[in-house]
Amino acid sequence: MDGSFELIVKPRSGWQPIDWKEAVLYRELLGFLVWRDIKIRYRQTLLGGLWAVLQPLMAMIIFTFVFNRMAGVKSDGPPYPLFAFAGLAPWVFFSNAVSASSNSLVANQQLVSKTYFPRVFIPLGAVLALLVDLGFSLALLLCMMVRYHWSLNYQALLLPLFILAALLSASGLGLIFSALNVSFRDVKYAIPFVIQMGLFVTPVIYPIRYIPARLRLLVALNPMTGVELGFRSALLGSAMDWDLIRVSLVVSLVLFLSGLLIFRRMERRFADLI
Amino acid sequence: MDPIIEFHNISKEYALGGVVRRQETFRELVMRSLHTPFRARAAEPKRAGGGRFWALRDISFDVNPGEVIGIIGRNGAGKSTLLKIMSRITDPTEGLIRIRGRMASLLEVGTGFHPELTGRENIFLNGAILGMRKTEIVSKFDEIVAFSEVEKFLDTPVKRYSSGMYVRLAFAVAAHLNPEILVVDEVLAVGDMAFQKKCIGKMSEVSQSGRTVIFVSHNMAAVQNLCQRGVVLTGGKLAFNGSAEDAIQHYLHSVSGEGAHGHIIDLANTPRATLGRPRLLERMEFYTDGDLPMPGSLPMGAGLKIRVHFPFAEPVNSFDVGIGFDNMFGQRVFTAHSGFQPDRPQATRIGPQVFVCNIPSLTMVPGEYTLRIWLEINRREVDLVDDAARIQIIESDYYGTGRVPWNGSFVLQHQWYVESVSGVSSTS
Repeated sequence: MDGSFELIVKPRSGWQPIDWKEAVLYRELLGFLVWRDIKIRYRQTLLGGLWAVLQPLMAMIIFTFVFNRMAGVKSDGPPYPLFAFAGLAPWVFFSNAVSASSNSLVANQQLVSKTYFPRVFIPLGAVLALLVDLGFSLALLLCMMVRYHWSLNYQALLLPLFILAALLSASGLGLIFSALNVSFRDVKYAIPFVIQMGLFVTPVIYPIRYIPARLRLLVALNPMTGVELGFRSALLGSAMDWDLIRVSLVVSLVLFLSGLLIFRRMERRFADLI
Repeated sequence: MDPIIEFHNISKEYALGGVVRRQETFRELVMRSLHTPFRARAAEPKRAGGGRFWALRDISFDVNPGEVIGIIGRNGAGKSTLLKIMSRITDPTEGLIRIRGRMASLLEVGTGFHPELTGRENIFLNGAILGMRKTEIVSKFDEIVAFSEVEKFLDTPVKRYSSGMYVRLAFAVAAHLNPEILVVDEVLAVGDMAFQKKCIGKMSEVSQSGRTVIFVSHNMAAVQNLCQRGVVLTGGKLAFNGSAEDAIQHYLHSVSGEGAHGHIIDLANTPRATLGRPRLLERMEFYTDGDLPMPGSLPMGAGLKIRVHFPFAEPVNSFDVGIGFDNMFGQRVFTAHSGFQPDRPQATRIGPQVFVCNIPSLTMVPGEYTLRIWLEINRREVDLVDDAARIQIIESDYYGTGRVPWNGSFVLQHQWYVESVSGVSSTS
């Protein structure tokens, strides 16, 4: 770098914000970690990248059968399979991202205890790598829309906003859980359970109108509620429920920032505890 | 000129895992209240001492630009902790380090190598982890590949590599780092001899190019070769700071005389480097020719019988014991391992065991040797004592000529004779 480069190593204390200078210095590494995760995810599998779409697709088929045909759950307009898939695509991304990032530090113990680079890259890289899978699911959704003669409208332009919100929510939780996982391996066992419950308290496979009006604001505190509503409106053209979506978007941002702060506070002891 | 690195009173305290403060029993509470009824709180046992220890205490020294400095010390002296703090892997508890330059740390060969990725992919990933730019890696790619000697397998996942190939590739990436300060931990202790030589060559090339190198090692020969200055750590404190030769002398003096001598060695109470494993190895005993207890030292060429005691709490089908002999320079000169025995009968065993290693003739040259002993169950190491015992080999008339060998590592039986060559006759 430059000749005036000086680094001071000393005990850190208090809550420290993100070290932007350092993040810029190491930016290429984040790219490499994402690239690594994508490369190895489906190595030595028979179906390869097909797994990315198989997961939400199978879930959609099962939920369509169980909830739509047997339990009589109706969508809010579009054909139920489209409705369910538009909800499952971001949900599968979110749940995979949370579990991958929560386990990322422990899975990369060697990196934590033998090298230094901004630790946040490890859980963030795990989340970002799953965006590719989300891309595949969205492509499949478009194919399904053609098949059901359902067209996109201008609201589709808002999709990036909701992808960002999903990213922030998953990263926020991933940062907190991965940090906790370093000291308490309980996290590993709690995550699948929490995610499974999450599927039912988030309007993924049922429309928001099934939830009583007085409870909706409470449900919107779950950042994935806004993501689900937003994805569905953006892709399938139903009206945007901004009152609820706005709340979720703010929560996802808050969740991400607190995740960063908590992670940065706990990272000092990672190498000693992992 | 300003020092390139300044260490100011660096200390690191660790909490010992799993140590929970013991609850006072009711009886103790009553007894204490009877003794000091009005100062009950003040008499409470102090928390400090039991569950924490200082891995490093008040380390201060400077490193000048272009200097190659060796950090030496026994296992657990705090060398690795110092490197980890310097590399920002863990925070110091107290103190400050000022680093004026771009630094790269190499605490392990192949950190971040992923078995599923190919050699080519791992070069990029590992390079990035070690702090190289992508453009830097691209420009050095051919050099790295040439150094590693694995051209043919570049597109094979490294999980299919032999361990030698793996290490060569990993070191090749690290060797092409180009920082102002290079921090290296023991990485030369890997690979075959030819490759080690190549690595040492690369290291001295790095140091001659005017870069600052901080080098941690057990291998005194490497330290002597590469370093100008040496820092000796003992029990987390700075014991010596001066020229490399003086530092090595200081270290060798402090090491000899320490450690366990004698013919019965208690292993149950010897500290282990790996915490949290049961201490299965209980005791080792040394006997020499005629099953006599080994005196303080052993003449070169004499027989050595080592009896190792350990219990099995559960039935065990397959176990092995290894004993490594390291010379004063920290180089392994000989490894005795029960797995080398071709037809050792295996049977299920439980309870106390005595396992005997018989070496008919120990032919290392005179000097002090440090023994490391480990126990494996089902081919997995379950207990290891690093600095289990020291044995002193003294001069003897091994060849029966009254001449004592003056260098080398071993004495071996060998013969010399003159073959008659046609046309030339000996004059008598």
